[in-house]
Amino acid sequence: MKIVMTAFAAAAFASALTTVATAADYVVDTKNAHASVNFRIKHLGFSWLAGRFDKFSGTFSYDDKNPDASKVKIEIDTTSVNSNHAERDKHLRAADLLDTDKFPTATFESTGVKSSSPEKATISGKLTLHGVTKDVVIEAQRVGGGKDPWGGYRDGFTGTTTLKLADFGISRDLGPFSKEVELTLDVEGIKQ
Amino acid sequence: MYVRDTSQGYGVVSRLFHWSMAIAIFAMFALGVWMVTLDYYSPYYNAAPNFHRSLGILPLIGLLVRWLWRATNVKLSSDDLSPFERKAAHATHGGLYVLMLGLMISGYLISTPDGQPIDVFGWFEVPPIIKMPGLESSAGYIHRIIAYVVIALAVLHTLAALKHHFVDKSQILNRMWFGPPRPAINPEGESH
Repeated sequence: MKIVMTAFAAAAFASALTTVATAADYVVDTKNAHASVNFRIKHLGFSWLAGRFDKFSGTFSYDDKNPDASKVKIEIDTTSVNSNHAERDKHLRAADLLDTDKFPTATFESTGVKSSSPEKATISGKLTLHGVTKDVVIEAQRVGGGKDPWGGYRDGFTGTTTLKLADFGISRDLGPFSKEVELTLDVEGIKQ
Repeated sequence: MYVRDTSQGYGVVSRLFHWSMAIAIFAMFALGVWMVTLDYYSPYYNAAPNFHRSLGILPLIGLLVRWLWRATNVKLSSDDLSPFERKAAHATHGGLYVLMLGLMISGYLISTPDGQPIDVFGWFEVPPIIKMPGLESSAGYIHRIIAYVVIALAVLHTLAALKHHFVDKSQILNRMWFGPPRPAINPEGESH
């Protein structure tokens, strides 16, 4: 009987271990650029102006059995802002917009994940941009995941949030139609 | 009228180069300082930088031609200057040439590292040479610093010329404004 109990406890312990192990850690695949940090903002209220941050890094943990335990952290090099126009990018880095001399890094770190379906979740977290840290909510969607053709395992997500520039202390007046910016993160992580 | 320089004064080509460059330097400085303060909805927001960019390319060409012209003309006499004044004048002139070239190159590099050419008044385009994201911001810092140094040197140069004209009663300003004295007064001068 005692032996059976011990075996049961050992099995339970082992199963607990594997549960922990399935919440795997992933590194965002920036090396081969299967990830991007994109933004878009209305121009004069007539069209969308799109850009991105070329340099960033990130990690996340994810368990498809327990998505609410997921965590994500992204660090962005704000000097790498790229809107496909050199003079505008220079201005975006300048003191009246991103002020990248003073604030060369933006970060997002999740504080909680709430899934509404196996494919959808809201990720709450703290975004630090322009030296200001604010709570934001990212509407996230799992795009897919599984074994890749080269012996690895990947999972990919996309997430969107909308920010008011003034909330982050960015005071430059770009006009009445350009006070908010949409941020979209497309990430593919490689399981470590 | 003398086309080429003589030892006693500047010919018409050198004088045109000098005074058009003088106007361009001060006008471009004022335009540059003003245009970066413009509001996004200002009617000049695009026109002012377009003009600045276009007008900036012309003296870049002018400067190279002027160097050639200067090198192939006789040197003016500087006998009436003290050794210190001669050295200071050489340093200021040399400094102005080198800095103006740096000013125009750095300006060119603000507009072109995204691979876009510079359109000069719709007459022709100057193609990009270096495609390098982020270069525009470094070029911008350098452009601003050089601009202030060039203006400081130009003011110094102006004050020195006025001092020589009004205090020392020398011919230094006259020979750049009126050109060489007439041959009747100065038998050494070339005929025309």
